[in-house]
Amino acid sequence: MTHLLESPAETVSTERSRATTPPVRARLRFGTGLVFPAAALLCWEVGALLGLISTRLIPPPSAIGSTLWDLFLTGNLVGHGTATTLRVLGGFVLGAIVGTVLGAASGVSERFESTFDPTLQALRNIPSIAWTPLFILWFGIFETSKVLMIALGVFFPVYLTFSGAIASVDRRLVEVGQGYGLSRFALVRRILLPASMPHHVIGLRNGLGLGWMFVVAAEFLGASEGLGYLLVDGQQTGRPAVIIASIVMFALLGRITDRVLAAVGGRYTRWQDGYVRVGVKT
Amino acid sequence: MIEVSGAAKRYSNGLLALSGIDLTVDTHEVVALIGPSGCGKSTLLRLIAGLETPTAGRIEVAGHEVRGPDRSAGVVFQEPRLMPWLNVARNVAFGLEPQPDAGSDALEAIERVGLTSFADALPRELSGGMAQRVAIARALVTKPPVLLLDEPFSALDAFTRIDLQRHLREVWDWYRPTTVLVTHDVDEALILADRVVVLGGSPGTIVRELIVDLARPRRRDDTGFHHYQDLAMAALSGLGTRG
Repeated sequence: MTHLLESPAETVSTERSRATTPPVRARLRFGTGLVFPAAALLCWEVGALLGLISTRLIPPPSAIGSTLWDLFLTGNLVGHGTATTLRVLGGFVLGAIVGTVLGAASGVSERFESTFDPTLQALRNIPSIAWTPLFILWFGIFETSKVLMIALGVFFPVYLTFSGAIASVDRRLVEVGQGYGLSRFALVRRILLPASMPHHVIGLRNGLGLGWMFVVAAEFLGASEGLGYLLVDGQQTGRPAVIIASIVMFALLGRITDRVLAAVGGRYTRWQDGYVRVGVKT
Repeated sequence: MIEVSGAAKRYSNGLLALSGIDLTVDTHEVVALIGPSGCGKSTLLRLIAGLETPTAGRIEVAGHEVRGPDRSAGVVFQEPRLMPWLNVARNVAFGLEPQPDAGSDALEAIERVGLTSFADALPRELSGGMAQRVAIARALVTKPPVLLLDEPFSALDAFTRIDLQRHLREVWDWYRPTTVLVTHDVDEALILADRVVVLGGSPGTIVRELIVDLARPRRRDDTGFHHYQDLAMAALSGLGTRG
């Protein structure tokens, strides 16, 4: 038995190596990306030293660094950072689950889509921060209202991206599943969810980003701890270094959680064969 | 094994694709459906597969009326339709119920199509011919009594197509499923089938049936082969463009 076109092993190995960027080039690119911020920080610091920049309103990087260090030593940084991160994660998990379930329902069932999607689309146009006062009235000023606010922010991008991605899954793959008599739920689990995973990861990452935005709004309007509280506190006590230190922390935590999510998502989307693999780019 | 009586199919856009189709396929028989584009041969296959519902008539597979896709028929489409996120072994096992033997059943089917060394490969790492062999393994792994092939090799280049035609026959010997093959390639039909059914017209009807009485394995340069080629071409000519 001969197979004329048994593809030789080297084809397979080239395919595989394409999936990963060579580490040297990746490190080089990372280094290039650092040039501009490093130069800007240096100018900033030198400008402050020479008295060209008012350090009262714009503290130099070294002052922000020492503020961060002080906040860390007193335990405030960890405390506030943890409070904020837990709120974001709680809201994210809640919003992501509801967004995934409703997104799947909307992608699979035309009836569900025509019944609920218009309402959800209309609600989406309300700037979600406008809900904050109402949420505080309804759910109090403590954790419940904050987590629900964040969940609302996370929900929309997850729902929209996921329902859209499911609707665009190759009908021919779905037909294979139908051929085996799979139930609607099994179709979602075994075909629609994995097939739309690359876009779902994008929706989740967008949702997480919005979650970090919403936590600030939620913490502005009444919180006794959290990085958003630290921001307001820095403003009220006239300490710009504290404000910028909080901003740096937001950037850092947002980036870290996004990378973690992208790495986890990457495990489920490695199979992609597109020009650029969707959902895993930094 | 397959009993089609008076089947017709009108699509929702009003197009009548098939009418008055009577076709019986015996157990272990291999029947090829050929005809010009638009004659409804793929529609007939999809009716037998339960992927479409007939608007008139009745279709029975393995003694039961077809009321939707079920496990009595394995289908191979023109495209491999593999799940790109599953490796070869898991793609083949896709239709198996989760059970302890699923893995070894899948491996046996993969061995049948000669792809054991690619069991862990992802679909993107396979050539077109290899991907189509995986699709055949997936269709057969549940050992359905009926195998339905919808132009399975028409998207492949000529060398791969001839290779796979020979290969399909070997795989078929595994348990000799009752097979319906849709093709627009007369040679392919004559190489593989015990009987060639020519469809034509609009709506499509059966215009000719040829029993191919040639020894196996068949070759295109066998003396008798040309005789059947002429018969098939004669039936096809006058049916409009060959698709």
